[in-house]
Formats: sequence, structure tokens, C-alpha cells
Amino acid sequence: MATATSDVTQAVHRVPPAPGKAAAGRTPRRRKNLTPWAFLSPTVLLMLVLMLVPIVMVIVYSLKNNVIMTRKSEIIGLGNYGEILTDPIFLKALMNTVIFTVTSVVAHLVLGLTFAMMLNSPLLSNATRAVFRVIYFLPWLFTVAVIAVLWRLILSPNGVLNYILQQWGLISEKVEWLSSPSTALIAVTFINIWAGYPFYMVSLLAGLQGIPRDLYEAARVDGATARQQFFNVTIPQLRPIIISMAMLDVIWTSQQFALIWMTTGGGPGTSTEMLSTYTYKLAFSEYEFSLASTSAVIVFLLSMVLAFWYARHQKARD
Amino acid sequence: MSKGARMRRSVSVISAAVLALGLAACGGGSDSAAPAGSGSAAASGDQVTLEFAQWWEPELPANALRGMMDEFEKQNPNIKVKLISGPYSSTKEQVIAGAAAGTMSDVVGLDGAWVADFVKQGSIADLSKLMADAGYDDSQLASQVQLEGSTYMIPVVNFVYPMFTNTDLLTKAGVSTAPTTRTEFADAAAKVSALGGDTKGWVLPLSLEAPNGVQNDVMSWVWASGGSMLKDGKPAVTDADVTGAVDYVKSLWDAKVIAPGSFTMKEQDKVEEFTNGRVGMMIDSLAHVNQIREKNPNLNFDISAIPATDGYSGKRGIPYASWGIGVAENSEHKAEAFKLVQFLMSKDVNSQLSSVAKAFPGNKESVPDYVQSDALMKKAFDIYQSGYPANEFVGLPAAEDLMRTFDTELQAVLSGDESTTDGLQKVQQAWSEKF
Repeated sequence: MATATSDVTQAVHRVPPAPGKAAAGRTPRRRKNLTPWAFLSPTVLLMLVLMLVPIVMVIVYSLKNNVIMTRKSEIIGLGNYGEILTDPIFLKALMNTVIFTVTSVVAHLVLGLTFAMMLNSPLLSNATRAVFRVIYFLPWLFTVAVIAVLWRLILSPNGVLNYILQQWGLISEKVEWLSSPSTALIAVTFINIWAGYPFYMVSLLAGLQGIPRDLYEAARVDGATARQQFFNVTIPQLRPIIISMAMLDVIWTSQQFALIWMTTGGGPGTSTEMLSTYTYKLAFSEYEFSLASTSAVIVFLLSMVLAFWYARHQKARD
Repeated sequence: MSKGARMRRSVSVISAAVLALGLAACGGGSDSAAPAGSGSAAASGDQVTLEFAQWWEPELPANALRGMMDEFEKQNPNIKVKLISGPYSSTKEQVIAGAAAGTMSDVVGLDGAWVADFVKQGSIADLSKLMADAGYDDSQLASQVQLEGSTYMIPVVNFVYPMFTNTDLLTKAGVSTAPTTRTEFADAAAKVSALGGDTKGWVLPLSLEAPNGVQNDVMSWVWASGGSMLKDGKPAVTDADVTGAVDYVKSLWDAKVIAPGSFTMKEQDKVEEFTNGRVGMMIDSLAHVNQIREKNPNLNFDISAIPATDGYSGKRGIPYASWGIGVAENSEHKAEAFKLVQFLMSKDVNSQLSSVAKAFPGNKESVPDYVQSDALMKKAFDIYQSGYPANEFVGLPAAEDLMRTFDTELQAVLSGDESTTDGLQKVQQAWSEKF
């Protein structure tokens, strides 16, 4: 029986199709296969032109010498990488970037969570909560240029901060917050913290409002204190949001350029030099586009590590 | 045709259109109908649109530059000019990026400090050739920026940097005349600083973001005494001229007569400090005279030559910056582009431009209006004529980087982190590598 069926099937398959039917049968299938590509093609093309091509170009530039500024450039392998990685200013920029990023991200998280919990507190009336929401959210509304100008005015030696501190008797001489090598990095980090915490605050507030009240009620029934509820209910519930935002913030903050450039220019000396300002100076001050590309590729690779870790974390969570 | 089939067909058509548009955009195009490489499309009657990228329009009164372009278009009916205006810093980045991509505007505003790099890059055209092709008489030009015997930039107007003094503040401090020597300057700065409050004698912007303070506020002391930072075209920053100037600035710094915040202060901050009456003296561009008058009409200020070393009696170099002009090597309409250069350098137009810009003309025969009507500008013109324009950064490779390197070391010297000798030796080494 089985043999007979097999023979019949083979016989059916051996029957040659009518000429017209073959073309008619394949065309709809091919069209069906191509339709998704037709939909995707604009996006694929844009991604190729706007993302893949520039990335490949920068990687190729990093392996050549004298790109852009001369017509003849040659492949020199990893020479540029050796030069950049042994440059003491690059290492200083890397260290400053790590300090700036880690401090900013931790402070963003702590401040964001603190303000989010305040705004989520049932102790506040709706009107009070709305007012504080607006106030706390304000820094997020300013562009980097406005933030830089604002804080340059506040932190200027003749600015508001020194005036207040002198009036309160906390300082006897004016402090050059952005112009002194001992305070410049602290000052720009502070500005970045001020500018970035509302993003955490809003996201965490949304997360807090999504935590089921039952969990807190159950915890209270079990005799959990407020501190225990925070560490055993709130934090575990917010963990996916916290990890996602922290990862994004690390990537964004490590690439911060405009704020540093517009407040200190990487100075005084190299005290606020970051990987971004270092790369910019190589390109647009020294016209060393090969070395600038190399520096950019190194930053890209460091960001890729973080992005990869982030993607894996997201996948595991899904 | 079914509804689904019609939809699929529509999507396919739209996708194809998007692709075609994208490819067309990538391919670029010219507004002109002239074929690539044509010598003079305008001469053959075709319409040509020139792009003119510069930072001048935002710094001029409203519509001043556009009005001149309208006049040019009237005189040359086949040529239209599209102004691409932006701030100084972004203009420079656009020009560099445009040169790399081969999309540089036909005519570009240039700073002398950029020229060597653009010539090395092969992005700006040899103006000597264009002048010869056009039969242009260059004897009327006040100056030309040349490399290896060829002109690449023509200064359209020049801004000089004399010393500005707050007359009321100096008088209050017991200084009756503007200082003419370094000793007098230090003495005046100390007396003004002694007035107390936020008042300081001098303001020195050393921001690393825009390090032109090195050129205008530091190296100006060298040039004012007839000194130089170069020897035979090579760096010589460890010589007595530069060492003396840095030691002098350091002495003013240590005496606490310089306004605080120098290390992040930019040129605009310097002008604000002076305009608000917080500093007695500054070295600044004449371009800011109008701005100071508008912002603080009650400020009683004067200008004079930058003080020289004691006993110096020679001609004083006075720093200057130019609004220079050049033509892109990739321009398909170089002949038309040079017509625009010619127009801006012509006697009447150059007089008009220098008048509205409060600058000195790039055409020797041009006379700006303000020389007759403004006593302060007349005085500046006299200072300019009695000295000589000095800016040794013009034509140097990576000039802005040279300034930034000097700036970084100067900050270390002023902070006391290193000696003048060590700092200048580092600068000498870094500069030598660039030449």
C-alpha cells in the first residue's frame, strides 16, 4: 500500500505541467517573495547609505594615512591604532570620560529615582505633584546650547553661585569653577547630572506607577518595613527599566560632546578632555582625519561592547 | 485588478519613486544648466547659480550683503548668487567637509589661518591663474595670501586689533593717558585692579574652544614690539621675543590684574567684560566698536596702539584678521566665481562693504565712509597706517592647532605647573612637527 502511494505520488510529480501554467504558478510566488523586499527597500537603502557606508568609510580611514587632506593616502594597517592608544592625552581623555560617565549615570539614577518616588508619594496632593513635576522636568526641556550658556553664567567668577557663596560666608575668594583645573571636571559633571536626571525621573515614575499595589500590601502583611519594601519590591520591579536606562545613559554620556565643548573646550589644559573632544580636535583642529577616525572607531568599539551587552540583556528578558 | 493587487502595485510604484529620488539626491546636481567643466556658462547665455558660503552675513547689518549680491546679479543677469551663511566656526567645518566631499560652495569666505590646509587638501583654486585668465589688475589689492608664489586668498576687508581703554576707569584709577609701554600698561592695570570690587586691569581670553586669544591677545605683544614667533619661516617660540611676552603676561597674571576666568573665556566674553565696565583695558577687533556702543552707550572708551617694550621706537605690528575670499577647486563655474570676487574687490563695493563692516578695505583705492565721520575709527585708521599689519599665523599649516597647543602650554605656565622655558620648548617641539 505504501509502495503504491509512493509510486502514485512520483507519477504525479513526473507529469510535466502545461507551459502556460508553469509561468503562472511561479510568478505569484516570486511576487509574493519580493513584496516584503519592496516594502523594506527604502529603509534598507537608507540604512546602507546613512549608517553602513559611513561606518565602513571611517573604519577604512582609520587604516590609512592622510585621508581627506591629501589626494593620495595609503593603507598603513594598525599604525594609527598604536599611535592613538599610546598617546597620553588619549589615555587622559579616556580616564576623564570614564569618571564623567560613571559619576553622571550613578547620580542620574539616584536623583531620578529619588524625585520619581517623591512624585509618586500619596502624601502629595495632585496640584503639588503637578507643580513639582514641571519643576523637576524643566532641565530636560533645555537644549545643550542653552544649558551651556546658562551654567557658564552661573559658574562664572562673577556669577550667581560665587555671589551666593560669598554672601553666606562659605568662600572668601571667587572660585573659577570652569576655569580651574581642580574644579573643571567636577563642574561639567555636575552640569551633565543636572541636565540628565529628568529622563530617569520620568521613566522611573512610569515604572513606579505600574507596580501592582498588591505586592506592597502582601509585603506589609508579611511585616516588611518601608526599607524592605523598597529593596525587595520596588527595586526588583524597576530593575528592567533601570538596567535599560543605565545602559543607554552610559552610551549617551560617554559620547557627550556639545556640553563639554561649549563650557570648557576640554580645558583648562586637558582637565576636561573627553574622547569626543579629543576626536573633534584631531579632525577639525589638527586635520588628522585618519587619527580622528581611529579614535572614533575605538569609541565605536567600546560602545558596541555596551550595546551588545544591552541587547543580550534585553533578549534574555524577553 | 483586485484591491490587494492595486495596493501592492501602488506600494511598488512608491518604493521605486523613493529609490529614484534617493539616487538622484546622492548623485547631486547643480542649479545651473551648464555642463561640467565649462569655462563660462554665463557667457553662453545659460543661467548659473553660484553658492557663496561665508560667516559675514550674520555679522553685517540686515540685508547688507544680500543687497550687494542683488547689485551683482543686476550687473550679471546670467549669474545668481545663493548666500550660505553661518557662524564662523561652523562655516569652517562646512568648508572642510565640503572640500572632502567635493561639494564645497563655488565661492567661500576664508580665514588666513585655514588657507595652508586647504591648499594642501587641494580644495581651493589658484587665484593667480583666475586673475590672469580674467585679465585682472591685482595692483589695486592691498594684500594677497600666497603659498609657493600663487595666490589662494584675497583679504576682502581687514579688522585690526588695537588696545581699547575704558577712559573713565583709567581716570578714576589716576591714569591720565593710555599706556604706550609694557611698564606703563602693567602700572595702569595694577591701579585699575586696585579700585576693588570686580574691576580688573586687563582681560585675557584663553578658551581652548576658540584659541584665537593666543593670536590676538598674546602674540600681539610680540608683534607690537617688532618681534616675531618665526625665523626663516620656521617656529622660533623659544627666542627672546616670545619668551619676553610670555614672561610679561605671566607677571600680569601673578600680579592678579587679569580678569578671572581666563582659561575658559572666549572673545565674546572679553567684549562683555569690557562693555560692562569691569576691565580697564583689552586688545580687541574694531569690528566690536558698534556692538560696544549699542550695548553700553554711556561707556567712555578710547583706542590706541598696543604698548611696546620700553624704549622701542620702531614700527609697531598690529594684529589683524581678514574676511578673505577664495574659489573652490571643485567649482564648475570658476570664471563666474571670480567675477563675484572681482565685484567685491572693486573700489566702490569694497568701500561700501568696509563701511558697513567697520573694517579696513582690501582695495587700496577704497575709502570707507566712517573715516570722515567717526573720530574713533579715524584714529584706528591712523594707528593702522603708522604701523604694519602683523599676523604670522596666516598661511601656517594647522594654524588653529598651533594656537591651541600654545594655549594649552600657556595655561600650564600661568597655573605655575611649568616654567616659561619648559612650556615654550614643548610648543617649539609640537610646532616643529607640524611644519
